[in-house]
Amino acid sequence: MSTIVRSIAGIGRRTLEGISRMGYATRFFIAALMRSGTAFRRFGLTIREIYFSGVLSLIIILVSGLFVGMVLALQGYETLQTYGSEEVLGVLVALSLVRELGPVVAALLFASRAGSAITAEIGLMKATEQLAAMEMMAVDPVARVVAPRFWAGVISMPLLAALFSAMGILGGYLVGVVLIGVDEGSFWSQMQAKVDFEEDILNGVIKSVVFGIAVTAIALFEGYDAPPTAEGVSGATTRTVVTSSLAILALDFVLTAFMFRGIS
Amino acid sequence: MNRAMLDLWVGIFVVAGIGALMFLALKVGSMNTVDAKESYQVTALFENIGGLKARAPVKSAGVVVGRVSSISFDDKTYEAEVTFSLDKRYSFPTDTTASILTSGLLGEQYIGLEAGGESVKLKNGDRLKLTQSAVVLENLIGQFLYSKAQEGPQQEGTTNEVQ
Amino acid sequence: MDNLVEIENVSFSYGDRPVLKGINLTARRGQVIAIMGNSGCGKTTLLRLIGGQIKPDQGTVKVAGQVVNELKPLDLYSLRRKMGMLFQFGALFTDMNVFENVAFQMREHTKLPEDVIRDLVLMKLHAVGLRGAADLMPSELSGGMARRVALARAIALEPMLVMYDEPFAGLDPISLGVTGNLIRRLTDTLGLTSLVVTHDVQESLKIVDYVYFVSEGIIEAEGTPAEISASNLPFVHQFVHGEADGPVPFHYPAKPYESDLRLGA
Ligand SMILES: Nc1ncnc2c1ncn2[C@@H]1O[C@H](COP(=O)(O)OP(=O)(O)OP(=O)(O)O)[C@@H](O)[C@H]1O
Ligand SMILES: [Mg+2]
Repeated sequence: MSTIVRSIAGIGRRTLEGISRMGYATRFFIAALMRSGTAFRRFGLTIREIYFSGVLSLIIILVSGLFVGMVLALQGYETLQTYGSEEVLGVLVALSLVRELGPVVAALLFASRAGSAITAEIGLMKATEQLAAMEMMAVDPVARVVAPRFWAGVISMPLLAALFSAMGILGGYLVGVVLIGVDEGSFWSQMQAKVDFEEDILNGVIKSVVFGIAVTAIALFEGYDAPPTAEGVSGATTRTVVTSSLAILALDFVLTAFMFRGIS
Repeated sequence: MNRAMLDLWVGIFVVAGIGALMFLALKVGSMNTVDAKESYQVTALFENIGGLKARAPVKSAGVVVGRVSSISFDDKTYEAEVTFSLDKRYSFPTDTTASILTSGLLGEQYIGLEAGGESVKLKNGDRLKLTQSAVVLENLIGQFLYSKAQEGPQQEGTTNEVQ
Repeated sequence: MDNLVEIENVSFSYGDRPVLKGINLTARRGQVIAIMGNSGCGKTTLLRLIGGQIKPDQGTVKVAGQVVNELKPLDLYSLRRKMGMLFQFGALFTDMNVFENVAFQMREHTKLPEDVIRDLVLMKLHAVGLRGAADLMPSELSGGMARRVALARAIALEPMLVMYDEPFAGLDPISLGVTGNLIRRLTDTLGLTSLVVTHDVQESLKIVDYVYFVSEGIIEAEGTPAEISASNLPFVHQFVHGEADGPVPFHYPAKPYESDLRLGA
């Protein structure tokens, strides 16, 4: 009997903890936004972070994009040829990439490559009292450390997603046109006819911006909130990857439902 | 990693990213959707639009001349009101026929325009009088069965129900 | 009335574990004050209270006439510009080299031209004997070197109050003597005030003006170095001579040893 009571109490406690953490995270996020002045006034700080989260993610994004596009073309061709409509292969590859796979897979890769690095770095800065030292030097760590990383993530993510999609389409072209021999003209022309700038590409970009905000905000919060110990930081890093992956998929569903409702 | 190298890499990254976006916008997608300023709006009533969707192409002689901008239901005539924008470069007579056609058997639906002989041209806000609804496959099959049933009702008892 | 730091009846606890139970401490301008006490008695906590990183449960912490624990964030930040702190574990910024670490506050708070910053930073590094290490990353430094860089960083903007959390730990006898003299000299020439947390009784008695002994959350003893050396209070005697037996317990509070080892019946 007491175990039941205890487990119910446990659920209650965890719910309350979760809610208060959410509140804390929201306050942290708002503080980071409000104190973003430095990130723009001294844009060099943000550029540095774009290097660490954007440029260093390039390799994994480009290679994954290429392979995802190649696989899409292979699989798509198998299915399409049974209906005799190989010429829409370009459409299939392009739409899958710009609407879904580009933003989502790039964001998942970004979360595990850059997000975890951000959490580990900030967590370690906290554990080694670097953030406290900064505060003692009258420098606000949220403005100096958090905000530039946040904006760097928000800027990098859509660029990475676009590169992922472009590489994927290139991969699809290589496999579909060069390797299998789908007609090059119809591959591109069908794609251009069916892929709409606003509905597909712009919405894809909006998605990736939202994912960029979510992943970076989660990564920064987890780092800032990490217990200042080795286990604390490693646990926070894991949570960053798990939480932001879930957030990406959930947000993707919500955004897709809003964006493509009632459109072919 | 010194400052200059870092700036260079970030520069390369941003240029490549914007390049990828341009590639998507120009080569993959069609930015050449008819611009509001460069087009005029025309409406048409259809009994049945089938599977026509907003943004579907409007073609004449197989050339894309515009796009469907909106579809609504008119509760006075109980018909579908389709508004589409046409490229300013092309003008059509007022007695143009608009029909809803399908590319291929299961392809997407689009509006086909067939010019009439009138000398007065369509202008912004005009309504097309002559329209031809979508061919709905289910109706087509229904009609087919119906005519079959009339041909020889005695052969198959079950088809009697259709009458 | 020339007290830079005045701590009155300050109590502080982490959660429900009391650490400080009514501390009184004053530091006059231009003095070097030593704070001593056994490990874990709350010396670092005391410095963090002065820096305004934590707030006391009770009592007031005054720096330059301002009550630190009642300042608004912005006022606290402007007060902190006039404080320097050497953290116990250095707390160097690991993503910057030694030069940038020392230059950090100059870049953040001043609009000094680059060549002036360069000269100032090299002067500070020279003072701690590490001018040659300017281009190294913190990960390439030994513990003692890192501490000296942190010291250079703490005094970078020549603040009015510098808090050193164990500046002598991990230093060889030579750097130890140099660092001790440096703290004394900086205090005298720049007219700053220094709070030095240390375990190094002999070294600190040579350079400081006044000593506070913290124990069990209160100031157990205080006095000038001469008074401390001559003191025959058992507590001070044990500390100055490093004896294991005496009023200062070496052990963190615990159950009786026998019962912990299950030797009891
Ligand atoms: N963040 C914290 N949370 C909970 N307890 C803490 C925390 N920091 C310190 N303590 C406790 O407060 C007491 C005083 O810690 P403090 O760091 O001030 O000691 P100290 O005098 O600086 O010791 P040392 O000479 O070893 O550095 C210790 O017993 C420690 O267990
Ligand atoms: Mg300490």
